[in-house]
Amino acid sequence: MVELKVNGAVRQVDAAPETPLLYVLREDLQLNGAKFGCGLGQCGACTVAIDGAPAFSCLLPVGLLAGREITTVEGLGSPDKPGPLQQAFIDEQAAQCGYCIAGMVMRAHTLLARNPSPTDDEILEHMSPNLCRCGAHMRIVAAIRRASSRKEASRSQRGAL
Amino acid sequence: MTLPDCPALTRRAALAGAGALVVSFSLARSAFAQDQVQPPQNIGREPKSPAPLPGSLKVDPNLDAWIRIGSDDSITLFTGKAELGQGIKTALLQIAAEQLDVDMGRITLVTADTARTVNEGFTAGSHSMQDSGTAILHASAQVREMLLQLASARFAVAAQDLKAQDGKVVAPDGQSVRYGELVVGSELHIPATPNSRLKPLDQRRIMGKPVRRVDIPNKVAGGPAYVQDLRLPGMVHGRVVRPPSPGAKLEAVDAGAVERMPGVLKVARDGDWLAVIAEKEWQAVTAMRALAAATRWSQPTALPEKTRIFETLAGLKADTTTINQKQAPPAAAVHTIEAEYRRNYQLHGSIGPSCAVAQMQDGALTLWTHAQGMFPLRKAVAEMLSLPEDKVRCIHVEGSGCYGHNGADDAAADAALLARAMPGRPVRIQYMREDEHRFEPYGPVMTSRGAVALDGSGRIVDWRYEVRSNTHSTRPPGAGQLLSAQMLEKAFQPGPPQPLPQPEGGGDRNAIPLYDFPSQSIVHHFVPEMPLRVSAMRGLGAYHNVFAIESLMDEAAAAAREDPVAFRLKHLKDARGRDVVQKAAEAFGWSANATRESGRGRGFAFARYKNLGAYAAVAMEVSVDRETGGVRLLRAVAAVDSGEAVNPDGIRNQIEGGIIQSASWSLYEEVQYEPRRILSRDWSTYPILRFPALPRRVEVHIIDRPGQPFLGTGEATQGPAAAAIGNAIADAVGVRCRELPMTAARIKGLIGG
Repeated sequence: MVELKVNGAVRQVDAAPETPLLYVLREDLQLNGAKFGCGLGQCGACTVAIDGAPAFSCLLPVGLLAGREITTVEGLGSPDKPGPLQQAFIDEQAAQCGYCIAGMVMRAHTLLARNPSPTDDEILEHMSPNLCRCGAHMRIVAAIRRASSRKEASRSQRGAL
Repeated sequence: MTLPDCPALTRRAALAGAGALVVSFSLARSAFAQDQVQPPQNIGREPKSPAPLPGSLKVDPNLDAWIRIGSDDSITLFTGKAELGQGIKTALLQIAAEQLDVDMGRITLVTADTARTVNEGFTAGSHSMQDSGTAILHASAQVREMLLQLASARFAVAAQDLKAQDGKVVAPDGQSVRYGELVVGSELHIPATPNSRLKPLDQRRIMGKPVRRVDIPNKVAGGPAYVQDLRLPGMVHGRVVRPPSPGAKLEAVDAGAVERMPGVLKVARDGDWLAVIAEKEWQAVTAMRALAAATRWSQPTALPEKTRIFETLAGLKADTTTINQKQAPPAAAVHTIEAEYRRNYQLHGSIGPSCAVAQMQDGALTLWTHAQGMFPLRKAVAEMLSLPEDKVRCIHVEGSGCYGHNGADDAAADAALLARAMPGRPVRIQYMREDEHRFEPYGPVMTSRGAVALDGSGRIVDWRYEVRSNTHSTRPPGAGQLLSAQMLEKAFQPGPPQPLPQPEGGGDRNAIPLYDFPSQSIVHHFVPEMPLRVSAMRGLGAYHNVFAIESLMDEAAAAAREDPVAFRLKHLKDARGRDVVQKAAEAFGWSANATRESGRGRGFAFARYKNLGAYAAVAMEVSVDRETGGVRLLRAVAAVDSGEAVNPDGIRNQIEGGIIQSASWSLYEEVQYEPRRILSRDWSTYPILRFPALPRRVEVHIIDRPGQPFLGTGEATQGPAAAAIGNAIADAVGVRCRELPMTAARIKGLIGG
């Protein structure tokens, strides 16, 4: 048994300690947000926040996570009641297939939490570990900008960095 | 997630249901104002006798279940197309809601499912709006007319005096009746009439508007959205052990220790196909790795030498066809340009590796899959399992973005084999990253040669173009097209590769320029033998051909000392083509004698996808580092004409994404291999564009054509974006890169020094 704190709730999970967090989130806790993309920490589809920092859940054994605050995209809101960052992604229609998007939202969340007003270059640099294949990048950046305290600039600059 | 097959509403049940309003088609060719002469969905061969019916009815004229209205006011819309991330669900709902005069939220949409929907072939080739959108447009309009007729009888008021409004028909005196009430007791099975009374353009409130996509809220907030998110009761997890290289034979496996690992239910082997099933997913992954370590494979030298791939392609036997020829009296050429263009193997690389869930119950298989064609897949899987087709049901559930024939069909086949090995239990498989990268069918290697002759006035007087390529479709329905079926003890062989016919074409897609040259010859050298397994990748041959043609146009413009945009317009009569060229140039701020900073350049390109779909022009600005050859994208401006724009934001999203994706393909992407191995196994060995490489601006201008036929848009900018980048590089540093991808190393090699 492993004890995990996920989205503010303590959960007991029957998983071997070496199991990567991603599999526990998806299978044991039935959370859809974090996705399997590469299992190698190369694409960011599995990104979650651990104590406020972005992490590749596909690489993190659950045995190392006791007492840590794990936040997944489900912790930011729901499809019916999206959080502000999620709403910004909806407002910008910042997805095509959307498979990467939960990871994008989580990585962006960790940026805005420590830097509410990032420059475009800071956004690009911070988002660099996460891959999108559909080419929704411009909208993803626009959504992050919209959710930041620079939101005044976002509408007029759609499609621009 | 909610199972897409519950409740068990089947197409047959829908047809038989009392109180159901069903529209079937038996239309003459002239029926659809929206129709235009188009070959059917890219099923790999032409129909024996083209059916004189519009849209999807060309493929299957027996379509009879598009729309159902229940006595409870429920409205169900059926499409044989699938959501691939392109936003098709939303666009189809917009069309139906508009024509039926209901809110989009009132309509339930059922997408591709062999038990419930029409067979619209593959969701591919930018056909969904043309095929399914057109059919739904007319079906919905005719259902509304029928409802008005029913209400007319009920109220004894002439139909033209009635109004359909928000799911009701309203009479001039204010009395109204709900759609559901109108259909109660009606056993309606009415064929559509030849003419649809489409809602007048000026009354439209949903079509043409940038409606928000219905699928995005779940995707940003962790709602169930993908086949990867399916969790069926009792579901177990499978993984396959792929050989170290394609074609390797499994010589020995010692599965004993793996079978005793925690959670492992079964090790399954059939010939060279090897898999493991476990209770939990991570157990399956762990067991798969242990099993892989307990195998011995033969090591054939089966793959080509990458450094010699273009010589290899040139040396393979080809079937040669002249696909287009135009002759004029010989003119005096003062310039002749000859050049060869090349494209390396590239891969689809969905962010989510392919996934499928299958369950074998009482001798029947149900398969949840994100493959592009449910009916062809059903045929292939039924053949592989020796089951009658009616014992296999394929249900489309969204997966990660598709971009063509990736590992989706293969994963579905693996799920089917796993389900056969574990009857009764639903089995889920998701590929590991290296399974997808090493074994998906790639976008083919291609070459083309162009020879362009110009006269003294800078006009092209003769255009010769020859393209050499493998097939661009090795899709099902043959079981032999499924990777794992080729590995079974009783192995299925892939059918002989076939070229896709013109006018859509495969390797020769967009090989015929849309420009007006007095004399031209276009030749397709179809190479059946495939050094590496290949199939459809977004745009097919159009990506390479448009890159080559539009690069040649710039080379010709340079020889004529003319501005590239003016030079294109001088050779282009097509009015809509001219419009997108002019729009993109104007929005970009293109001027014939602009001065540029050193190392910066601009490029332009244009094509009409397949010469049948959307028109797109792209202008691009880049900077090139002379020291490294590295290219930096600065901005892109596109103009597109997709006919009537149903969801302008959906079009914009596709075009923006197409430009970014094509930029990634064109600057960075080529599959690496050596004679015994595919070396591109992850994102470090097959790098793609990351955020810091984005251009500073991507601008899309839509030229809307209300009332005109829908033109497929999803693949329209793959070629133009590539060519615009190549032309911008040439403008910046004076070297012409004729090989895709235009890597920093290639450009540095051309610059020299």
